[in-house]
Amino acid sequence: MTLLEVTNTHSNHATAPLVDISGVRMVYPKGDNAELVVLDNVSLSIREGEIVGLLGRSGSGKSTLLRVLSGLVTATSGNVSWCGKPVIGPCEGISMVFQSFALFPWLTVLENVEIGLEALGTPAAERRRRAIEAIDLIGLDGFESAYPKELSGGMRQRVGFARALVVHPRLMLMDEPFSALDVLTAETLRTDLIDLWIEGRLPIKSILMVTHNIEEAVLMCDRTLIFSSNPGRVATEIKIGLPHPRNRDDPTFRQLVDDIYARMTQRTPAEKAEKRAVEGFAGTGIGMALPRISTNLLSGLMEALAAPAYGGKADLPDLAATLQMEVDELFPIAETLQLLRFAEMAEGDVQLTEFGRRFVDSDIDTRKRLFAEHLVTYVPLSALIRRVLDERPSHRAPFTRFSEELEDHMSEESAEATLRATISWGRYAELFGYDEHSGQFNLENPA
Amino acid sequence: MTMHHPALEAGRRRRYVPNLWDALAFGLLFGTLILVIQGGRETLAPISALDQAPISLDPAMLPEYALRTTMRMLAAIVASLAFTFAYGALAAKSRRAEMVLISLLDILQSVPVLGFLSFTVVGFMALFPGRVLGVELAAIFAIFTSQAWNMTFSFYQSLKTVPADLDEASRSFRLSGWQRFWRLEVPYAMPGLVWNTMMSMSGGWFFVVASEAISVGNTTITLPGIGSYVALAIGQQNLAAVGWAVIAMLIVILIYDQLLFRPLVAWGDKFRVEQSASGTAPHSWLLVALRRTRLFQVLLAPYKVVFGALPRRRFSLPVIIPGELSAFSATRWADRLWFGLVLGAAVYAIWLIAGFIATELAWAEVGEVVWLGVLTMLRVIVLMTLATLIWVPVGVWIGLRPRVAERVQPLAQFLAAFPANIVFPLAVVAIVKFDLNPNIWLSPLMVLGTQWYILFNVIAGASAFPNDLKEAAATFRIRGWYWWRKVILPGIFPYYITGAITASGGSWNASIVAEVANWGGTTLRAHGLGAYIAEATAAGDYPRIVLGIAVMSLFVILFNRLVWRPLYAFSANRLRLN
Repeated sequence: MTLLEVTNTHSNHATAPLVDISGVRMVYPKGDNAELVVLDNVSLSIREGEIVGLLGRSGSGKSTLLRVLSGLVTATSGNVSWCGKPVIGPCEGISMVFQSFALFPWLTVLENVEIGLEALGTPAAERRRRAIEAIDLIGLDGFESAYPKELSGGMRQRVGFARALVVHPRLMLMDEPFSALDVLTAETLRTDLIDLWIEGRLPIKSILMVTHNIEEAVLMCDRTLIFSSNPGRVATEIKIGLPHPRNRDDPTFRQLVDDIYARMTQRTPAEKAEKRAVEGFAGTGIGMALPRISTNLLSGLMEALAAPAYGGKADLPDLAATLQMEVDELFPIAETLQLLRFAEMAEGDVQLTEFGRRFVDSDIDTRKRLFAEHLVTYVPLSALIRRVLDERPSHRAPFTRFSEELEDHMSEESAEATLRATISWGRYAELFGYDEHSGQFNLENPA
Repeated sequence: MTMHHPALEAGRRRRYVPNLWDALAFGLLFGTLILVIQGGRETLAPISALDQAPISLDPAMLPEYALRTTMRMLAAIVASLAFTFAYGALAAKSRRAEMVLISLLDILQSVPVLGFLSFTVVGFMALFPGRVLGVELAAIFAIFTSQAWNMTFSFYQSLKTVPADLDEASRSFRLSGWQRFWRLEVPYAMPGLVWNTMMSMSGGWFFVVASEAISVGNTTITLPGIGSYVALAIGQQNLAAVGWAVIAMLIVILIYDQLLFRPLVAWGDKFRVEQSASGTAPHSWLLVALRRTRLFQVLLAPYKVVFGALPRRRFSLPVIIPGELSAFSATRWADRLWFGLVLGAAVYAIWLIAGFIATELAWAEVGEVVWLGVLTMLRVIVLMTLATLIWVPVGVWIGLRPRVAERVQPLAQFLAAFPANIVFPLAVVAIVKFDLNPNIWLSPLMVLGTQWYILFNVIAGASAFPNDLKEAAATFRIRGWYWWRKVILPGIFPYYITGAITASGGSWNASIVAEVANWGGTTLRAHGLGAYIAEATAAGDYPRIVLGIAVMSLFVILFNRLVWRPLYAFSANRLRLN
């Protein structure tokens, strides 16, 4: 664990922390005594009056940490305490806003908001009064009797907020609350929420939010914990001291965003040059977990980078904004290119390699040949598949031959995803074929 | 279930003056009330009352008989729902109960319902000696066994697939078990449950008709109802009475559909978990009337208060299990103990069955019964093939023409609900008249009522076939046999399979009444397992009934596992369009 910047919040708030998490480890068994470490030695404390962000990519365990804290799942080891008491199940005083809104489709807006109070056993009249209050606060007046399916995404998430606020929690947890919304709606909701927060009108003490949107974290949070993947750890903590309301065009704001991008692509000195290229992907050799990225996205990103606008090298925040992609979408593509040595990432930039340039300049057949060469050299799994097919007299091998081997290294789902990714890349490279009906790899070329 | 709806409240606020609906509602409500009281009084009468008031073939008596039949159906559906909630919830919540209950359910739904009848009549009559109630309960139980299993399966499946985010939301807001059940689980299961209840009901008419005139050994009991009316008409060779019964049945099903299912489906639509509002919402005039009519609103208000408030209460029970016991129940030893108990019970049951059959029957007879099973299976296969060859092209033709489909679809669903055993006499008359071979010509009766499931599912499939695929096929000028093979047949296959599974299960059941048919003194008999069970029932020969049912269950289970499940899995994996 590297703490690049140590923040000191103790001086600001003398009160005892609301949440204290120390040494939390979360491990899922994955058959044959192997384990999948999702969270490793994570510590965090939240005090009254702050908005804390958990920033990281999918698979970095940040959503899992949120669920550990809310009591929805139990950590394998470590201490989780809420208001000084250990968390053993969903606790009073914490409420949650979901990425998918999680509204009950058969209840009206009013009933959806009331449900948290029903669980507390609040009398009907008070329930109604408080629900109306929360609905008014969040700007939903007039929609009380509507069903969720009649509402737009933004309105639905407002119901999600009202439902979380109505129980007057001390801590509100938000799991990527804006990521299912379009850009404009998300921005409106963010500023509305921050306005209410600054004016002190929200009946809550603190907010903990999970996000993979760097700008969102800088816009809303007082401090942000950056997670590294595989296993999920807190890599860095960054304090954002800008006063609200924050302006995205403010140079200090831009500088912070650039900094975070740089840190998320930074290699720790301990890592060897060998491992460098595969940062972000768990495991090494055959056991490397690969993301399912289409070859269209790979060549699309290379072409975008090669275009005159960038000339082979781009600033990641800039590229993300232009392509309207979030970190979660952009990083795996860039990392796959890095794995295949078509691009390199460093200091928040992504740069085409010489091979990458050659790929862009080639015709389709040369591209495929180049891709095949790199695939065999840098993705050990595809080399293994090709070798097995060459060695067998029938030139056929079942899916399970490889998926079972992969499952020694990773969970069943990521083994499936990794093999599917390799199948799609191998098909594009015409390295091998795959017949879905029989579940068999082959060397046939249908052409 | 709550009928809580903002439209109700809005309606109440707007209208103060009674409207036309109020007048209609008044008549409907009190008419129904009087009939229910009358029917209930007769149920509690001593059994001798049945002999004092024998069934009459006077058509004027039919409305009353129809009401009695309908009330049996209603009672059975209420029982099925109660069973569904209890059994489905237990299976979904307890891992150990699940292991046993789900396999049991799978077998139960393969057991021919009509085979049960002889046992249950004796059992329930012993429970309420000398009362009509016992016989009524036996008939209701027979209908219940035809309805409950698929409803329970649907409920269990829904409970196991509650969306993860809604589950997390209800846990993080700390809903109590009671609140979670009524606010999350039951509503989520509702669309599937409503659909399966509808399917169950449409299958149920067949059994209600078959179970009203029961004779087991020397005991013959006829409960007043449409079924016994038809039985008497058959005995007296009265074709006109059969015609009256058909008309009465048509009207009853129509009323049921309009008064119960349309409102239920329209109401259940709000429980669908979907991102956006669907194109066409189901519509019901009765539901609209209920929501707009002042009188109903006033009458429903107290129920709304009760049923609206109950699911919102916490009702969390204090934990009464001591800590050591609950700690033990989480260990592997508890699992082993449970498994041992289940195994012991199963071994004992097998020993009991073997003993029961062995004391009365020779093993040679078992072989003979299996052969009869093969004959019945051949009938099922041949008839399903014929029905497929006829109804798939017809269904596709109709389904691709929205205007035709709109009119034909309700008719097909209606025909599937119609108890085909009412019209069996017509077939018997024809066979006797033309001196046909009953081994061949009785067989079509098995699919008479069930073939419609194939038709309406194929129509649904062809109607849902995506327009862009149709247009793509047309632009590439794909036609003829090639079009059937590459375009439409794969497109409707998942729907066809759903229909065919229902039809095939129904046909096995129907074989018990279809392989032996009477018309007055004439009895036609086809060689098969259904006839074997029917005759053993008539003779009150219990070992043979058990043997027949066991063998038929075995055939149905094997047929499902070896044919339908693989086909269903194939269609779900490969041919689903969404």
